[in-house]
Amino acid sequence: MLAFNFFGATEGGLFDINATLPLMAIQVVALTYILNSLFFKPVGNVVEKREKFVSNNIIEAKNKLSEVKKLEADLLTQLQSARTEAQRIVSEAEDESDKLYKEALELANNEANASKEKARLEIESQTSVARDQLSKQADDLSELIVNRLILEK
Amino acid sequence: MFFNSLLTNFAALEVGQHLYWQIGNIRLHGQVFLTSWILLGALLVFISLGTKKMENDPKGLQNLLEFLWDYIRDLARTQIGEKVYRDWMPFIGTLFLFVFVSNWGGALIPWRLIKLPSGELGAPTADINTTIALALLVSLSYFYAGLSNKGWRYFEYYVHPTPIMLPFKILEDFTKPLSLSFRLFGNILADELVVGVLVFLVPLILPIPVMFLGLFTSAIQALIFATLAAYYIGEAVEEHH
Repeated sequence: MLAFNFFGATEGGLFDINATLPLMAIQVVALTYILNSLFFKPVGNVVEKREKFVSNNIIEAKNKLSEVKKLEADLLTQLQSARTEAQRIVSEAEDESDKLYKEALELANNEANASKEKARLEIESQTSVARDQLSKQADDLSELIVNRLILEK
Repeated sequence: MFFNSLLTNFAALEVGQHLYWQIGNIRLHGQVFLTSWILLGALLVFISLGTKKMENDPKGLQNLLEFLWDYIRDLARTQIGEKVYRDWMPFIGTLFLFVFVSNWGGALIPWRLIKLPSGELGAPTADINTTIALALLVSLSYFYAGLSNKGWRYFEYYVHPTPIMLPFKILEDFTKPLSLSFRLFGNILADELVVGVLVFLVPLILPIPVMFLGLFTSAIQALIFATLAAYYIGEAVEEHH
């Protein structure tokens, strides 16, 4: 092999290059294959399996989260529609009751008016009867007075 | 000669001394292989223990290994890009772990207690052979990455954005491994020498902050080496528009 003897020695020296070089290269290449099968492959498998597991779980969780959000939004719209429906029913019922109340009120008013009218008519008729009687009695009385006056003369 | 003997004998440090193994016609630096086998053995035992019972809910060592894996993945992904980082992650990770374990092992374990007939045990990355081997692997890797991803279009990179860049880009192919190897080698060797000299001169307390600094440098060098390797590969596979 090459033999650089920078420090002047006939043998040895810092830069003594010999068959150590190629043998060391072969040793390192062999070490690469050994470490690949002993270390890099098995550890890589485990680490990458775990990374895949974690990322799968994250994706799954994200999917679930989005599903939950969708369901939540769905529920919210359902709730909203139920609320407006309820409001509509309540206002409808209120309108109905209002109408019924008005009808009843009107009916009662009418009835009251009718009975008032009837009473008034009765009063009027009785008043006129009484007035007739009174005028008749006044006539009788006046006739009586007249007859008496005539008789005395 | 004088310089060498000065450097060799100064502070009773053995610099440039190696434990030679002779196999047939080739000569090897034995101390580099010894320490690297011990450290890589420890690393492999550690990793086997941590990955023995993998669970979905990590406990103990598995946590640490997963953190390490994630760290290396982030490093590779940011430098190389989403598309091909998977192919290169083991290589980048191995470079990081090898350099880190070598640096820290060299700094933390009191190798000097083990006497060798010649040379001394230390960080494998303090030997130029190791760092050049690593740097050349990085060079081969980025060429391979560029060619396998883009075919012959890889060479567009050399004239991008203008053909004036061609000589500089060619020069870069040489400076990249050179700077990678010498940076690592120089930092680790310098750290070992500084600590060695300080321990020899003032054996108490004073070397401790330097040792901590050495640990810091060692970790940073591992990160730099891995990041640059990943960056070179990323540069080779990057699509120009």
